[in-house]
Amino acid sequence: MKSFLWSVLILIVTFSSGVARAELVIEITQGIDNPTVIAVSPFAWEGSGVAPEDVAYIIQNDLYRSGQFAPVARENMLGTPSRDEDIFFRDWRMVNAQYLLIGRLTGDQTLIADFALYDVTKQTLVIQGREESVVGEVRTLSHRIADRVYTALTGIPGAFATKLLYVAVTPIPGEKDYYELTLADADGARPRVLLASREPILAPTWSPDAKEIAYVSFETSRPAIFRQNLQTGAREQLTAFRGLNGSPSWSPDGQRMAMVLSKDGNPDIYVLDMQTYVLERITRNYAIDTEPTWMPDGKSLLFTSDRPGRPQIYRYDFVTGLTDRVTYEGSYNARARVAQDGRNVVLVHQQDGDYKIAVLDLETRRLTALTSTDLDESPSIAPNGSMVLYATKQAGRGILAAVSVDGGARFNLPARDGEVREPAWSPYLPKTP
Amino acid sequence: MKQLPKFRQLVTVAFLSVFLAACAGNDTKEQEAAAAQAAAEAAAQAEADAAAAKAAKERAEAEAAAELRRLQDDARMAGNVVYFEFDSSALTDNGRAVLDKHVALLKSTGASVRLEGHTDERGTREYNMALGERRANAVRDYMMVKGIPGYRLESISFGEEKPVSYGSSEVSWSQNRRVEIQ
Repeated sequence: MKSFLWSVLILIVTFSSGVARAELVIEITQGIDNPTVIAVSPFAWEGSGVAPEDVAYIIQNDLYRSGQFAPVARENMLGTPSRDEDIFFRDWRMVNAQYLLIGRLTGDQTLIADFALYDVTKQTLVIQGREESVVGEVRTLSHRIADRVYTALTGIPGAFATKLLYVAVTPIPGEKDYYELTLADADGARPRVLLASREPILAPTWSPDAKEIAYVSFETSRPAIFRQNLQTGAREQLTAFRGLNGSPSWSPDGQRMAMVLSKDGNPDIYVLDMQTYVLERITRNYAIDTEPTWMPDGKSLLFTSDRPGRPQIYRYDFVTGLTDRVTYEGSYNARARVAQDGRNVVLVHQQDGDYKIAVLDLETRRLTALTSTDLDESPSIAPNGSMVLYATKQAGRGILAAVSVDGGARFNLPARDGEVREPAWSPYLPKTP
Repeated sequence: MKQLPKFRQLVTVAFLSVFLAACAGNDTKEQEAAAAQAAAEAAAQAEADAAAAKAAKERAEAEAAAELRRLQDDARMAGNVVYFEFDSSALTDNGRAVLDKHVALLKSTGASVRLEGHTDERGTREYNMALGERRANAVRDYMMVKGIPGYRLESISFGEEKPVSYGSSEVSWSQNRRVEIQ
């Protein structure tokens, strides 16, 4: 009866998009040494009624979070221009701004934002453009403008208009913990509960088109892999094998899913064809083989194996059928995730007894620790390769944290209440209205 | 007899009955009395035997119940948790002693159990999921060697997801590296 009630609750949450209790709060802990100073003048609201959101504030916070920009505080601004003819560059030089972004927001059901970015020193226009969205997606519109500014000034595509998946856990004394699989904007805003359960939820991951997710849920009292459509809420249980059913990872073409199963005796890597449901066994080893993840070209898989005694990263090549060891530095390297460039691999690395996030350059084979805390895990890399999101502990509580791949910028994302873990940064999202 | 008409069968049976009754009537009364006494003695003996058997059965049942209680108490006293060293799935002497009590009980009851493997929080979640299973399987394999059939033992791993102690020190970690017999 109890489990029946839970399955009912699970469905309710799936289709009503429950409001999350575990909203993330951003605490910037470190920026780069000489950040670019940018002023984002408040966008003029030219529609009717009250402005739907403070677009300039969202953009400014996105840029600040990257660690590469220092926004000019509003109270220091000597004017708030929204049109080219209202700009006095001298006012912006006085507050040391190197760049100035202005804009106007108008519309009714569809919002239109026109923006322009200026180089204050040269007194020239850098880019101008327009972004549109439905009224409920004004935050997405703001993140897209931030992406365009970031791209124009750094040469790297922005990844602010993306999403995060994470697992929020509320411990309830004397009872089972309460798990919520949560979807939020990359800045932690608009959290939405996709699945609630009294049994563990883990290993959330994205389909390459960002329309679906997969995860492991213990709601049946055993681990099982599920996929869930983000638009329709439709859910499908993909596996229910005896033993482990874990670490789902979609292939870059979306046609296959790598996973770990122990149905044949001990944990090995398998690949499931998502059309035919044919299962192919990839590893055959008495060791623990787990945590598969695809290289961006889809031609090989990285995975964790303890075949040398302690866990290390290995690579399986689909073309040659050969497996080779990738990591040698340190006694513990696990749960790799690969940047879209196919070069930087982020992983969990043990150093001086502590578990840290490290980045391995596959070309130079250089391994660099990115964090100096302990119990860091579950690294997930932004689609533009700039930032790594991971889980760690702060004063005994599970929080999310982010660090730039060069180690220069950091911020924490604790939940307002409870614990958060297992972040998964989305791919670039399909452009929706 | 098969081909005899029904009427002639009846006549034959009637005649034989009368003849046999006449013969019996010729036997002595003593014989009858002796037979009756023998029957009574036999009945009394059977009653006594039944009572003895019943008592023996009850005694056996009581002994079995006491034995079961003793096995249950032993298992309860031993606890339903075995603990492991860091990143290890090797059973300790202490762990084997606990499992022996449960093996004895399982042999007696024929019950099925779930072996839930757990790890501490250090290391990655999915690797710990595998390590928890390895621990549960170590317990399963030990119980199988001791004579419990595998179909009565289910290994399931929760990895680091269900700690019993929430702290981040060896005191907590050592309590969380465990297999629970459920």
